[in-house]
Amino acid sequence: MSAPDRPLDLHDAGTPPVEHQSRLREVLGTLVQNRLSVLGLVILAVLIVLALFGEAIAPFELNDIDVVNRLQGPSGDHWFGTDDLGRDVFSRVIIAARVSLQVGFIAVGIALAAGVPIGLVAGFYGRGVDSVLMRLMDILFSFPAVLLAIAILAVLGPGLRNAMIAIGIVYTPIFARITRGSVLSVKQEVYVRAARSLGASDARILRRHILPNVLAPIIVQTSLSLAFAILAEAALSFLGLGVQPPEPAWGRMLADGRRFFQDAPWMAIFPGLGILFTVMAFNFVGDGLRDALDPKQKSVIESRGQTT
Amino acid sequence: MTGAATSGEAVLSVRDLTVRFGTKRGPARVVNGISYDLAAGETLAIVGESGSGKSVSVLSLMKLIPEPPGKIDGEVIFRGRDLVAASEADLQAVRGNHMAMIFQDPMTSLNPVMTIGHQLTEPMEHHLDLSTTDARTRAVDLLELVGIPSAARRLDDYPHQFSGGMRQRVVIAMGLACDPEVLIADEATTALDVTTQAQIVELVQRLQEQLGMAVIWITHDLGVVAGIADRVLVMYAGRIVEEGLVDDLYADPRHPYTLGLLASLPKPGADRPETLFSIPGLPPDPIVLPPGCAFWDRCTYRLDAACRSDVPELRTVAPGHKVATHYDITAESP
Repeated sequence: MSAPDRPLDLHDAGTPPVEHQSRLREVLGTLVQNRLSVLGLVILAVLIVLALFGEAIAPFELNDIDVVNRLQGPSGDHWFGTDDLGRDVFSRVIIAARVSLQVGFIAVGIALAAGVPIGLVAGFYGRGVDSVLMRLMDILFSFPAVLLAIAILAVLGPGLRNAMIAIGIVYTPIFARITRGSVLSVKQEVYVRAARSLGASDARILRRHILPNVLAPIIVQTSLSLAFAILAEAALSFLGLGVQPPEPAWGRMLADGRRFFQDAPWMAIFPGLGILFTVMAFNFVGDGLRDALDPKQKSVIESRGQTT
Repeated sequence: MTGAATSGEAVLSVRDLTVRFGTKRGPARVVNGISYDLAAGETLAIVGESGSGKSVSVLSLMKLIPEPPGKIDGEVIFRGRDLVAASEADLQAVRGNHMAMIFQDPMTSLNPVMTIGHQLTEPMEHHLDLSTTDARTRAVDLLELVGIPSAARRLDDYPHQFSGGMRQRVVIAMGLACDPEVLIADEATTALDVTTQAQIVELVQRLQEQLGMAVIWITHDLGVVAGIADRVLVMYAGRIVEEGLVDDLYADPRHPYTLGLLASLPKPGADRPETLFSIPGLPPDPIVLPPGCAFWDRCTYRLDAACRSDVPELRTVAPGHKVATHYDITAESP
């Protein structure tokens, strides 16, 4: 056994050089193989275009009141018909997409910004910190989601901004729980201890080593929560606590259409379809992401199994 | 093995190190007052079976065990200060910088979502205040040093793109990133196949000669110890039961536990025995350690009541050779 200056690992010398493959590309590659996810992505792309350029695309102004042509069925002029004030339902549905997406992204953003750090700290430090933070989350979690949102809005007052805050608070415990659960297993990993043995501080370990390793479930939960948040906003707007008229919102339009459902079902059907497709799209993407992020987890577990 | 061994003064002095863990059944006394010195450039092997406290004893040198439930007492004098009493910030400045550690399983000791380049440069940017470019240059040098082919190209690869042996080389490179005075290898070859083991052992030996660091090598593999160590500590139930230069210890083991460990090794060249020798019984439960010698009920020489009631002190039996027994025992003893 003479000390070699050159590597003599024959096994490794034989392995072909591995191409540098980014994990993002890998995940996206798996995602686009899922047809439903692609459909979801397409719907979301359309929605985002509508949200950004709604006014330009819509054939009518948002509040073009035309009482003479009220409650008209779908026609060449008014594809989705008109409402009780003669406003074009198609234009309103398109423009309302912005509100829904905005609420979805901002509310989930709030939930992420609050829930993930809470979960990281609770899971990492454990003990008393964990108990206090997670019991607080449990209290929030124990309320039915919409009921809690209504309670928060009762305090803050109705309106779009407060609806987003309320939905954000309601979904915070979900992110805190998911993050904490993953942190509990990741913090036991040898590479976390190894990072500590190389002088990394708690903050650095959390940011550089733990957070990236718990992202997968958080990403999946984000896409699913976007769907829930949009539903919640629709529910709140339906109850008159979210978007205030004359701003259009799908939930609000459903509520208005309810009164005319016998005579003008299109008033409720089309905003309802808007909600349906959006929620479905986020769910498809979420499911696809879960599958795309999962095989990786499996292969890590398998490779670990071989060595122990 | 290394010429410079045991020449200089101690870089690391451990005095009466004790580690306990609080459990529901009471405190588990995992390390029970161990003391030793590590000389500059020396390779010290700590051997013992699973649960003998060898890993915990080195983890606690840099206070890497969680407190609570752990509790570390005693002194670890390194660079003139006691690490047991040091603040977390001071410890962070020592960890990875002056004292580094290699863990057992290279499959799990690298972060799967960070490129190895990132993982290598992180401690350098942190401790040595290097720029990203300088750190990357040094990372390539280190990877070449540990024998990774086309190192520059592999810097942006992820750990799963490396084999086990290559990963352990990367882990070693991370340990060496800041030129530590002390490198601790905690069962660094245990998870690897035999061929790769030999390569890693040789690699660490070569690096030690090049870089002049002291190495603490934790293992239960006495074959590895014979090849690499200058001095050996044998641990049992959280205590050092025998300490000596590797040749003395192998030629003239004085503790019945060491005798048993050596007897359980297959001897190359000898006729294949029917069964390999094994020490009967199990190590004691660290929560209910016996009052006397912890090896008492497994000992084939147990002589009298003193073994049951008094913990034998570590005493010198030959120059540089210490043993914790009440009686002088040699391989020729009955």
